[in-house]
Amino acid sequence: MRGARFARHQRKTIVNGILSFVVILVILQLWLLTATMNAYLGGDHSILLPAALGSLFCLLLNVGLLRYVYGLERGA
Amino acid sequence: MAEPESLSIAPDGRPENEQPRWRQDFPIDLAQDEYIARRDFTKFMVLTSLAFAVGQLWIVAINFFRRRQTGTAAKEIARSDDIPIGGSRVFDYPEAHQPAVLVRLDEKRFVAYDQKCTHLSCPVIPRVQEGQLYCPCHEGSFDLATGRPIAGPPRRPLVRIQLEIRDRRIYAVNVEERAV
Repeated sequence: MRGARFARHQRKTIVNGILSFVVILVILQLWLLTATMNAYLGGDHSILLPAALGSLFCLLLNVGLLRYVYGLERGA
Repeated sequence: MAEPESLSIAPDGRPENEQPRWRQDFPIDLAQDEYIARRDFTKFMVLTSLAFAVGQLWIVAINFFRRRQTGTAAKEIARSDDIPIGGSRVFDYPEAHQPAVLVRLDEKRFVAYDQKCTHLSCPVIPRVQEGQLYCPCHEGSFDLATGRPIAGPPRRPLVRIQLEIRDRRIYAVNVEERAV
């Protein structure tokens, strides 16, 4: 069992670390969305797909991190 | 016997028998409560992340469908004799209800822009003597000759309508979006 290795206060530290990482990724996505919108309204359509893929990658990373957090509890 | 770490710990740190009666009756595991709050906030942030990703894909989808639909055709918007130097005329281009403004700068030069301000889409008003297009909503101004923002909140230039003049007739032929 994966989470059994960690005491509760350790899990809290891990969740804090993961939360910080998730927040940074969300801020990155917000910046991407703003920049993409600006470029799109300005007629630059070439950036749309790479930006969408970047945002999708951030989402997948976030989902993976969330799954890890829930996995900690299942093992506890 | 419960694990030491799963016991309730009061906020003041005193032992349970020194706590008020109500807290003894309804103990709250503060450490666990805090842990759950962080975990739920992480979940909320991941949902926010999902919303941003959906928004990003939405822009791609809108762009895809707009590209399939668009094909701007030339449209006669005025006769050059009808507009005096310094005069202007509002017309719809490329579709109905998409107002644009045509301005005659001198004998031979005409410019046309989408009338929507690039800040919050208020209609811009030509001020030919000052060489500006003025947005009254937030005091934004654009250079009349180029459409670039020169004052106020707008950061992007106005969408330019490309013109052609044939036989003294002015045609709008294309839309030129610009980021800078």
